[in-house]
Amino acid sequence: MKRLIRIIFLACCVRPLVSLLLGRCIKGREHLPVSGPAIIAANHNSHLDILYLIALMPLKALALLRPVAAADYFCSTPITSWLSSTFLGIIPLERKRSSFHADPLAGPAAALEQGEIVIIFPEGSRGKPEELGQIKPGVAHLAKRFPAVPVVPIFMRNLGKSLPRGSFVLVPFCGKAAVAEPRCFSGDTKLFTAELAATMQQLEDQVDAASS
Amino acid sequence: MNLHQWIAGSSYNTLPHGFLVLGLMIGGAVVGMLAGLMLKSNEVLIRSRTWLLIIALFSLGTWRPGFAPWLFGFISFLALREFITLLETRPADRGALFWLFPAIIIQYFWVGMQWYGMFIIFIPVWLFLFIPLRLVIAEETEGFIRSAGVINWVAMMTIFSLSHVAYLMQLPVVDVGHGLGYVLSLVIMTALNDVFQFIWGKLLGGPKIIPKVSPGKTWSGFLGGMGTSALLAAFLLPLLTPYSHLAGAGVGALLACCGFIGDVVESAVKRDIGVKDSGTSLPGHGGILDRVDSLTYTAPVFFHLTWYLFH
Repeated sequence: MKRLIRIIFLACCVRPLVSLLLGRCIKGREHLPVSGPAIIAANHNSHLDILYLIALMPLKALALLRPVAAADYFCSTPITSWLSSTFLGIIPLERKRSSFHADPLAGPAAALEQGEIVIIFPEGSRGKPEELGQIKPGVAHLAKRFPAVPVVPIFMRNLGKSLPRGSFVLVPFCGKAAVAEPRCFSGDTKLFTAELAATMQQLEDQVDAASS
Repeated sequence: MNLHQWIAGSSYNTLPHGFLVLGLMIGGAVVGMLAGLMLKSNEVLIRSRTWLLIIALFSLGTWRPGFAPWLFGFISFLALREFITLLETRPADRGALFWLFPAIIIQYFWVGMQWYGMFIIFIPVWLFLFIPLRLVIAEETEGFIRSAGVINWVAMMTIFSLSHVAYLMQLPVVDVGHGLGYVLSLVIMTALNDVFQFIWGKLLGGPKIIPKVSPGKTWSGFLGGMGTSALLAAFLLPLLTPYSHLAGAGVGALLACCGFIGDVVESAVKRDIGVKDSGTSLPGHGGILDRVDSLTYTAPVFFHLTWYLFH
């Protein structure tokens, strides 16, 4: 039931509205996963990032989308917690470890085991507007546990201009996105993270070059 | 019951002509698609498919006078969004930029209720006075002058100018009660003039008009396009509007000049920013601004000429 509400909300409300407001400009659409399990690694500048990804994803994949979101932000009150898990299907992630033995990746790992598509923002926070922050190794650790699951890097542009951190007024700029080829875990966490960071950089250049 | 009564009720005299022209445009797009399929040219195919979509939307938006504000309001929105995405704006401009979007709705609301006095001053007076105020409230003085200028100019180009097309739809052509004939004349003449100028320029070549701004524009293209437009308008305008054959030719030539100006102004904008296309929202054509650039100049000129002469 919860799943059905979510699919209807995403397909009939979020997708048309976000497509209308921000457009659907994307390069490498064919690399987007149609079925799970898969990990999407995207840059993060705005609350719109998740919604824009939902608008770009193939309709078939909508039911499988599980964005990983900061527990301290999205689950700060019972209401926001209920809303974000019902309507967006978020997987809460503790940014600060509460106990030493708790597994921070348990949530995303369980979702992958169920064949879902996990969205991770490896920069960890929205950071400075329209700037690519440092890629943290969380994605690599998750990919290491699921070496057969493809990781799909996506770079998005202008959403940090449309709704930057700390602002509540949305000014619609055209969103732009570029998707890179899916890759699987390479065997080394550091190397994988560095490669991901390099790919993100390439995608950023690609998005910016497309307009000039 | 004949066709036009069936479609639009009473007093819709220009409709058979209008539908003839729309039919021709749709036919052209279909032929383009077939040609693309046969030549196996993906570019031609994508371009024609986009044309079909544009024509379908345009036909729907001009179906009844009341639909026009919705269609052109939407076009204004797309053009505005594309323009502010191209520009380098400051974070402090967000507050002022935001108000441009409600301004679209308000401007087209005046169009819909046919309040001419408000329609004609809302952007050039009220929004013009409001934008600097909003920028002052943001308390960022560095780059203030540029922002105030740019934001007002963007509003004039994408909202004010384009809203004239929707208002044309409300101007009653004699015996008809609406302005579909005006809108069709304006849009068809503007679109075809771009094509004529392009074809003549390719055919004849020769000296360029302003190579620093737009290296593709030649005197032969400009004058050839103007002549062809005048000839076409001499036949088309009397069919759709109160203009006579001679006046129609004059209007055709005038629209050719204005379309050219709109085109080169947008070229200068793109050159300043350093992009080739204004966007990617129309596959095969570039962005919205690449399509409506001429219209931002032809629409107000055609509107006010017609307003002065007939209304």
